[in-house]
Amino acid sequence: MADITKLTIAQTLDCLKNKEFTSTELTQAYIKSMEDNRDLNAYVLETPETALQQAKISDEKYANGTNRTLEGIPLGIKDLFCTKDIRTTACSHMLDSFIPQYESTVTSKLFNDGAVCLGKLNMDEFAMGGSNENSYFGPVINPWHKERKLVAGGSSGGSAAAVSANICAAATGTDTGGSIRQPAAFCGVTGIKPTYGRCSRYGIMAFASSLDQAGPIAKDVRDCAILLNSMAGYDTKDSTSVNIPVPDFEKALGSSVKGLKIGIPAEYRPQGLNDEIASYWDKGIEILKQAGAEIVNISLPHTKYALAAYYIIAPAEASSNLSRYDGLRYGLRVNGNSIDDMYTNSRSAGFGKEVKRRIMVGTYVLSAGYYDAYYIKAQKVRRLIKNDFNNAFEKCDVILTPTSPVTAFPIGDKSMQENPINMWLNDIFTVSVNLAGLPGMSLPVGLSKDGLPLGLQLIGKPFDEETIFKTAYVLEQEAKFERLK
Amino acid sequence: MILEGKTGNWEIVCGLEIHCQIISKSKIFSSASTNFGCDANQNVSFVDVAMPGMLPTLNMECVNQAVKTGLGLRAQINKYSVFSRKNYFYADLPQGYQITQFEYPIVGEGIVSIDLEDGSTKDIRIERMHIEQDTGKSLHDMSPTKSFIDFNRAGVGLMEIVTRPDFSSSEEAGAFLKKLRSILRYLGTCDGNMDEGSMRCDASVSVRKVGETGFRPRAEIKNVNSVKFVMQAIDAEAKRQIEVYENGEEFEQETRQFDPVSGQTKFMRKKEFAHDYRYFPEPDLPPLVLSDEYIEEIKNQLPELPDAKKARFIETMGLTKYDAMVICENKETAEFFEKAANGHDGKKVANWLMGDFFAMLNRKNLTIDNSPVSAENLGKLVDLIEKNIISGKIAKDVFEIMSETGEDPEKIVEEKGLKQVTDTSAIEAIVDMVIANNLDNVTAFRNGKTNLKGWFVGQVIKESKGKANPQIVNELLDKKL
Repeated sequence: MADITKLTIAQTLDCLKNKEFTSTELTQAYIKSMEDNRDLNAYVLETPETALQQAKISDEKYANGTNRTLEGIPLGIKDLFCTKDIRTTACSHMLDSFIPQYESTVTSKLFNDGAVCLGKLNMDEFAMGGSNENSYFGPVINPWHKERKLVAGGSSGGSAAAVSANICAAATGTDTGGSIRQPAAFCGVTGIKPTYGRCSRYGIMAFASSLDQAGPIAKDVRDCAILLNSMAGYDTKDSTSVNIPVPDFEKALGSSVKGLKIGIPAEYRPQGLNDEIASYWDKGIEILKQAGAEIVNISLPHTKYALAAYYIIAPAEASSNLSRYDGLRYGLRVNGNSIDDMYTNSRSAGFGKEVKRRIMVGTYVLSAGYYDAYYIKAQKVRRLIKNDFNNAFEKCDVILTPTSPVTAFPIGDKSMQENPINMWLNDIFTVSVNLAGLPGMSLPVGLSKDGLPLGLQLIGKPFDEETIFKTAYVLEQEAKFERLK
Repeated sequence: MILEGKTGNWEIVCGLEIHCQIISKSKIFSSASTNFGCDANQNVSFVDVAMPGMLPTLNMECVNQAVKTGLGLRAQINKYSVFSRKNYFYADLPQGYQITQFEYPIVGEGIVSIDLEDGSTKDIRIERMHIEQDTGKSLHDMSPTKSFIDFNRAGVGLMEIVTRPDFSSSEEAGAFLKKLRSILRYLGTCDGNMDEGSMRCDASVSVRKVGETGFRPRAEIKNVNSVKFVMQAIDAEAKRQIEVYENGEEFEQETRQFDPVSGQTKFMRKKEFAHDYRYFPEPDLPPLVLSDEYIEEIKNQLPELPDAKKARFIETMGLTKYDAMVICENKETAEFFEKAANGHDGKKVANWLMGDFFAMLNRKNLTIDNSPVSAENLGKLVDLIEKNIISGKIAKDVFEIMSETGEDPEKIVEEKGLKQVTDTSAIEAIVDMVIANNLDNVTAFRNGKTNLKGWFVGQVIKESKGKANPQIVNELLDKKL
C-alpha cells in the first residue's frame, strides 16, 4: 500500500469507508510519521495513546455504520487550543505544565465529528510571531528544505509544517494577523482564516480578541472546506461568534467562476515587490481570466497604514489578555518577597522576548496621555481600512493578492533578529484582512527558483467563504501545485 | 450647612459613589452561582478565575436589574452602552482587568429626592450608573506568612452609582444613602446591606468658603461601610480640610480611608500615585444595545416606589408627611401598614404601628416579617377602639396579649370580657357608689375645686375595670356632682 499519510482527507474518508484500511492503521501510519519527523520540531506534544483510543472508536463506528463526517481523520492541534486533560502551553514557559480541564469549542466540534488527536503543534509563543522562532520549544523547520533550516512561518508554523510533511491529515490554526495564511504559504499548503465570528474563540488562548480567528490548515482546498464545515458555527460561550447558518463549503467547489469579478488591489504591488511573487500573482490572474472571471482593478488606499494600526491594536489587546498570567492561580510561579515581586519574577521568567515586547508596546499605547494618539487613531484607521474593503467589494466579488512578500527565510535571519520591524513587515499583505474581519485564504501556486513554495491570497466579503472556496478551487486545479511527497 | 472657621464661614461640597451588588441568580459574566455563605471558592467557574481561553458572556438578568434600577433613579436609560476593561494587577482580580463600563454607561442622568429632618426635600442629581464585575476577596488573617483568596465574589454583578457633588452636609448624604437603599430594596435589585458589603460607598469631600463658586481639591474617602460612618467621615474630613486651609497650608487631591475607631480619615495616597487603568473597550463583548420595547417592558414591571407610595398614603390615607416617610422607608413596613389600614382609619393605624407596634418589635428584637401581631389583627384592634368597643387603655392590654399569643383581638376582648360598658344604668350605679364613698371630695368639688373632676372619672373607670365608656362617665358625673 502506498503511503496513506499522503492522501487528502477526502481521499482518506473514501478509503476508510471502503475499508481499504482501518482508522487504527491510518493513525499508526501518522504516529510513525510523527516519530520519523521529530527533527522538524512540529509537535510539542504527541498523544499517540489518545489517538489510538479514538481510532479504535472510529473503527467501531465504521463497522456499525454510525461513522461521523470526520471519522478517523488524524489531526494535529495548534497548542493554542485548550484540550481537556491534554497539556496546552501556547508554547510559553509560562504554561509549560498547564493542563486544561475544558475543551475549546472548535476542537470539541472536530472530535465530536470523529477526528483523532495526534498531538499539539508548535507555534510562536501566544501566537506572536511570523516565523515560529518565538516558541519556548524552539523553531519549526520548514520541511521543504530541511538541510537549509528555513522557518516554517508563523505563528501556526507547527500546523503548516506538519500538514506539509504529512505528519497529520490536517491541522487547526489560528490567525490574528496572518498566522494561518503565511505559514501555509511558506510550507506549500492551504489555509483559511474564516470571517471573524465564524468560529468560536471559546477555549482558544487569546492573543488579540478582536482579531483572533480559528481556521484549518490542510493539504488542499477541499480539505479546508471539509474541516471548516465542522469547525464553524455560533457558540453561546463566545459573544463575538455570529449566529448565522453555516453553508456546506464543500458544495461551493467546482462551480464556475465565469463572470465573477476578481479585484486586484494596486497597493499590493509596491515598488520592489519580489519578481517571482509578482509573476505568480500574474499567473493567478491569468488562470482566473481564462476561466471566465472578470479582472477588476481596485484600490485599497489605506493599506499603507494597516501594519501600523495592527501593531497598535494587537499588542494593546494582548497586553490586557496576558495579564491573567500572573503566577497566582496556574502556570509558572517564581516567588518573591511581595506579591509585586512575585508578578515581576513570574512574568519575567515565563514570557519570551517577543511577548514581552508586545506587552510593553500594548501597555504604552493604552496609557493615559498616549491612548488617543495611538489606540484611538489606530481604531480610526481600522474603520477606514474596513471602508476600503466595503468600497472595493462594490466592484468585485473576491480579491486576489500574494500571501506574503517573501518566501521562507533562514532560521535566525540576522536582519529580522536585529530589527523586529523587519519581521513585522512580512505581515503586510495579511493584517488588513484581520483588521476588517474578512475571510482570507492562502493556497500554494508554485515554487520559487530556489524551490520554495509561494502562496496567493483570496480575500472575500464577510461570511462569503463560499466564493473564496469556489475561486481557490479553480486556481488550485490550474496551478497544479505539487505537494511535498 | 455652614461651618464656622477662624477665617470665616465654610461649606461642604460632597458627592458619593456607591457600589451596589446586583441581586441575580448567577454572576454577571459567568454561570456560577452568586450564593453567599458557601465555603471559599465553591461558586467559581473557569471564567471567574480567568483560565486561559475563557470568555465572558453577559447575564441578561443583571441587565434587567440595572435597567430597573435606572428607572427607579428616574434616570436616562442608554440604549447603547459599551463594556470596557479597567486594567490593574491585584491578587483578587483574576483577569488582571475588571470588566466595567467607562465612556458609555447603561444609565445616564437621574434624580433622587431625599427627605430631610426639617421636613423639606432636596433633589440629588445622579450623574451615571454603570454595571461591572466584583472582585474576589483577599484573606490576610489566616496565616502569618500567606494570603488566601476566595473567588466566590469574583464576577458578581455590581451597579456603580455616581452622584453629582450635590451634598452640602453629612445629613444630606446620610438621607441619600437611606433613600437609595430604600429604592433598591423596593426594586429588589440590591439588598442594600452595607455592613455585609453588598452596598459600599466612596465619598468625595471638599470644602469652600461660602460664596465661592468653583471647587477646591477633594479627598476621596474609600469604602465606608455604614451610613453612620459615611456621615462621620464627611464631617471629620471637612473639619480637617478647613484646618489645613486655615493653617495656611495647601491641599491636593488625595485618597483617604475612614477609621471607625478614631472617627477620623487617614491618608492613603496622593493623586499622582493613582493607577493608570488603561481603559479600552472590551473586545470580548459586543456593545449592549437595548430596544424601546425592552425598556418599556421593564418599566411595566416596576413596583410602586417609596416617593409614590408616600404621596398616596398622605393623600388617600390621611397620613402626615412624617408618618408616610417613616412607614415608606421600608417596603415591608409599607406593605404591612397598607394591609393593616385596609378598611380602617389610616392615621390611627399609623399611630399604633409607629408607637406600640414598633416598640414591641424592638423589645422582642423581631423584624416586621415575623411579627406575632398580624396586619389584619392590628387593623381589627384599631377598629375595636374606633367602634367604642374597648377603650384606648384596654387596647394596650389587648395588644400585649396579641403580641404574646398572636391572637385575634376580637377573640381576646370577647373571651376576657373586656368590652366597654356603654349601658348608662350600669355606669350610673358605679358613679353613685363613687360619689357616696367620697363625700369630702364632692364637697370640695362643689366649693370650686373643679379639677377633681378628672379624679372622679378615673375612680369610676377604675371601678369598672377600665370598661366604662369615658364619655358616658363624664356626662353622668356632670349631672350628678
